[in-house]
Amino acid sequence: MFTFEKYMTAGSLEEAFELNRGKRNVVMGGNLWLKMGSKNYSCAIDLSGLGLDKIEETDEGFEIGCMTSLRDIEMHKGLDSAFSGSIREALRHIVGVQFRNTATLGGSLYPRFGFSDVLTIFACLDTTVRLYERGDVPIEEFIEQTPGNDILTGVYIRKDGRRVSYRSHRMSETDFAVLTCAASCLDGKYTAVFGARPQKACIVHPEGNDISGIAEDAVSRVHFGSNMRAGAQYRQEIAGVLLRRALADIQGEE
Amino acid sequence: MKMQAMLNGRNVEAEIAPDMMLLDFVRSQGMKSVKRGCDTGNCGLCTVWVDDKPVLSCSTPALRVKGKKITTIEGVADEAEAFSSFLAAEGADQCGFCSPGLIMNVLALRKENPHPSMDEIDEYLSGNLCRCTGYQSQRRALAKYFGIVEERK
Repeated sequence: MFTFEKYMTAGSLEEAFELNRGKRNVVMGGNLWLKMGSKNYSCAIDLSGLGLDKIEETDEGFEIGCMTSLRDIEMHKGLDSAFSGSIREALRHIVGVQFRNTATLGGSLYPRFGFSDVLTIFACLDTTVRLYERGDVPIEEFIEQTPGNDILTGVYIRKDGRRVSYRSHRMSETDFAVLTCAASCLDGKYTAVFGARPQKACIVHPEGNDISGIAEDAVSRVHFGSNMRAGAQYRQEIAGVLLRRALADIQGEE
Repeated sequence: MKMQAMLNGRNVEAEIAPDMMLLDFVRSQGMKSVKRGCDTGNCGLCTVWVDDKPVLSCSTPALRVKGKKITTIEGVADEAEAFSSFLAAEGADQCGFCSPGLIMNVLALRKENPHPSMDEIDEYLSGNLCRCTGYQSQRRALAKYFGIVEERK
């Protein structure tokens, strides 16, 4: 059973970072995944007193704090309008409203979960991840980094006018996804992201003359694996279907 | 560690363990309606409101909500009873173990969206699991509670 001996509400990010150097200390996001483990932590570090639970919209983009709940992101009208409802589509299947009110952006992104809908959709946008020690990192680079003891303080998403669509396949509603897929198009260039492969999200930039060609090229560049939810071959087949649907959506054909 | 909150409109203070979850805190304060179900954040039985938003008390550290407003079904007894009568009329109460969590989420939905469609209801309540009813009797109760005339399929 997961336990901790101390609970510290950090007064500053600097304090949180110093505390997080302790090997038995942990920064707590929504605590939904952490609680499922059996580690005995010395100190749980809470960032909820730092005002990092807001979404700020400017003409250029969105600044989202790490303690913002997934539900607040899902319901944000500006995000919904800027990215064609794709963020809401990615988040609304995650368990239930109470879960998404409890889960935080930081807790969902920082561990780079393989099953993550959140990582998949954010990886398909022009997202910069703000880390306390390493500074600003493009999400493509962030995904490849080992988590370590840094602190994710928020993300910045640039409004660049890209068209975006999100699809996922689940065996039953609210379950972990068998496969997640996001696609975007900017100035004729495509980005496709596959998550729950079951490995963490993978970004590719496919080329092709039509939807089928682009989807075929994207799927050929990605490695799919097997787990208890699905086999690699099944995932590969589903990937093509989901991506074709997402591409049709952003091309206005669906 | 010292915990303080407004629980159902009443100021409460207690010395608690640092890793106590909100579920255990509200139960220790006598709010026995709040049930431990899956204890993994999936079933919605432990739903309470923090500052009027439904959250999973099984996964929320009690100290995170220090100083905040916490509401359990005991704090919204009249509204809960009103909806419960629809559940009972449709035979949707059954064992009743999931009802407090369901009711808290239904009342939260009503505040957010007083006139939801059945699709919106299904989506909002997808995190409330029930192992007795098969959901159909609950959906009938919800349709009547929200004044929706459901088309038979």
